[in-house]
Amino acid sequence: MNAVTQLQPAWLRDGAAAFVARYEGLRDRLPGDAAARDAGAAAFRARGLPGVRDEAWHYTSLRPLVETRFAEPLTPVADCAALMTRLPQIDAPRLVFVDGRFRDDLSVVPSGASVRVGGPAYGALAQPGREPLVALNTMLAEDGAAIEVAAGADAGTLLLASVGIGGSPDRPVAFHPRHALNLGDSARLTLIEVAIGEGAYLHNPVFEITVGAAATLTHLRLQDESRAAFHISTLYADVAQRGSYDSFALTLGARLARLEVHARLAGRGATAHLNAVQLLGGTQHGDFTTVVTHDAPSCISRQTVKNVLTGRARGVFQGKIEVARDAQKTDGYQMNQALLLSTEAEVDSKPQLEIYADDVKCSHGATVGELDAEQLFYLRSRGIAEADARAMLVRAFLADALDPIAHEAGRVVLESAVAQWWERQAA
Amino acid sequence: MLQIKGLTASVEGKPILRGIDLTVPTGEVHAIMGPNGSGKSTLSYVLAGRDGYEVTGGTVTFDGRDLLAMAPEERAAAGLFLAFQYPVELPGVGNANFLRTALNALHRARGEAELDAVQFLKLARAEAKRLSMPDDMLKRNVNVGFSGGEKKRNEVLQMAILRPRLAILDETDSGLDIDALRIVAEGVNALRGPQNSALVITHYQRLLEHIVPDRVHVLAGGRIVRSGGPDLARALEEGGYAAVVADAA
Repeated sequence: MNAVTQLQPAWLRDGAAAFVARYEGLRDRLPGDAAARDAGAAAFRARGLPGVRDEAWHYTSLRPLVETRFAEPLTPVADCAALMTRLPQIDAPRLVFVDGRFRDDLSVVPSGASVRVGGPAYGALAQPGREPLVALNTMLAEDGAAIEVAAGADAGTLLLASVGIGGSPDRPVAFHPRHALNLGDSARLTLIEVAIGEGAYLHNPVFEITVGAAATLTHLRLQDESRAAFHISTLYADVAQRGSYDSFALTLGARLARLEVHARLAGRGATAHLNAVQLLGGTQHGDFTTVVTHDAPSCISRQTVKNVLTGRARGVFQGKIEVARDAQKTDGYQMNQALLLSTEAEVDSKPQLEIYADDVKCSHGATVGELDAEQLFYLRSRGIAEADARAMLVRAFLADALDPIAHEAGRVVLESAVAQWWERQAA
Repeated sequence: MLQIKGLTASVEGKPILRGIDLTVPTGEVHAIMGPNGSGKSTLSYVLAGRDGYEVTGGTVTFDGRDLLAMAPEERAAAGLFLAFQYPVELPGVGNANFLRTALNALHRARGEAELDAVQFLKLARAEAKRLSMPDDMLKRNVNVGFSGGEKKRNEVLQMAILRPRLAILDETDSGLDIDALRIVAEGVNALRGPQNSALVITHYQRLLEHIVPDRVHVLAGGRIVRSGGPDLARALEEGGYAAVVADAA
């Protein structure tokens, strides 16, 4: 035990110790780069799991996760045919992982990109020393996709799907897939990433993405996990000059979810869009955390983040924009808006700007509100039933996050997920 | 069609309507005139069913049904339409989508077939043209960035598309220039017929030169203090409200 973990409460230490014990039991059987794995394990032993005293985890307590003892996924996994029908029906190649393991029989390998599976795709971007859940992933990762798109290639659309199948309530499973994507210079790809599942499980993916010069990655993400699941994902994206990482993430599922994105604008004129919507009800907790680092001049970052919360749900947005000394002419924008549909819902918003350059344009804003009674009455006075009027106003609230999605099939997937969520709430 | 008996209502505990008796028969257009603060807008909101307007007494029947027991959307389905004095902006809601959703909601409530996007656009474009509204008003967000006159015209467009049995116009003429006024009046006149009625609430007689009412009522202090034919509106314009209200008192 070291100085950091010594100060932690016993439940936090015990939770971390259980993961370490699992690693020690599995170590010799886990595939891939043992040195990277052991470095991750060393980082995890040193830091343990984060508590709310860790600044980055102040608004998101992992206690229910830490107090759960996870088992290994079963082999072979239970039948998942019913769940597969919940994946978006789009005409595109697909990489399907069930409980974190690649499933050749359910996948259609793309022709426009090369894909390697069978072990964790460790990259150079992840920071297990800084992010405890990334250390946990590095220590226990079993599988993942390493996707390469050659320079100048247009790889079209690719679906990356995670299907979680939890055990019985007293046997939740944990999986930590590790993916990497390298987009060559001037290459293009639309990646639609979907996470669904049933039962209790922890899905703790780490994704490392490099976008080459003048390359464009459109990344549409749908987190619709089981309501008994934990979803903690961390993504790193490095964008070279004039490259673009254009992402939209929709969070609907899991009892406790965090989507953490570290985007670095590494070359002149690079762009990052980190738009997100969280729709949460019941006692769900959803956390969207971003760190955007402007490391080069004349880069643009845009974040439009919307929370719609009902019941006793809690939404968190933490958005940090760092502008390095050399990153002159930076253009950074961040807007975080929350719509509270019940008096017991809660939102926490923490924007942070750290600017070391002097010629920059950075703005951020946050609003919290309820549905407007006057707008609701206006719609109802025209004959629109109250539930439909509410749905229209919620959809209107999401407009500036959803409408910019240019990929037609992807937008349909996300729109219908929003509509289904609303129907579930109304039911 | 509309029968109001002894209607009293309060806003935030303050009595505004103090006993309204009014009957609008089927096929007639009635005007309600009155000074500011007389309760004109409160009456229109009470009839449309807005929250915060508490009915403390009296009855309102619409085609024999208890209007006050109905939700706002049920009143709309029954054929009631309120053109708002201050139309509400709906950022993120396209005007065409809004109008089609409303029209189809009414059709559904009445067991009629719904219109698809193509059928609807054809109808909406024709009505917009009749009201001299540019097509792009259908594409924009509802009332967002509209001028005062455009907002009022958009109310009339909604009325033209939804074709209510009873249209209530709450000071739809305020802030309109003479051309816009004529367009609004034409919209109301186009709906006139043996099965349709209208209640035109206005502060000025001007609109009533274009929409000639069957009856004119003067509202003051939360009561109807005088009723008469179209001449009453002209008398008000010449003598002002003070004389009429004082006469009645």
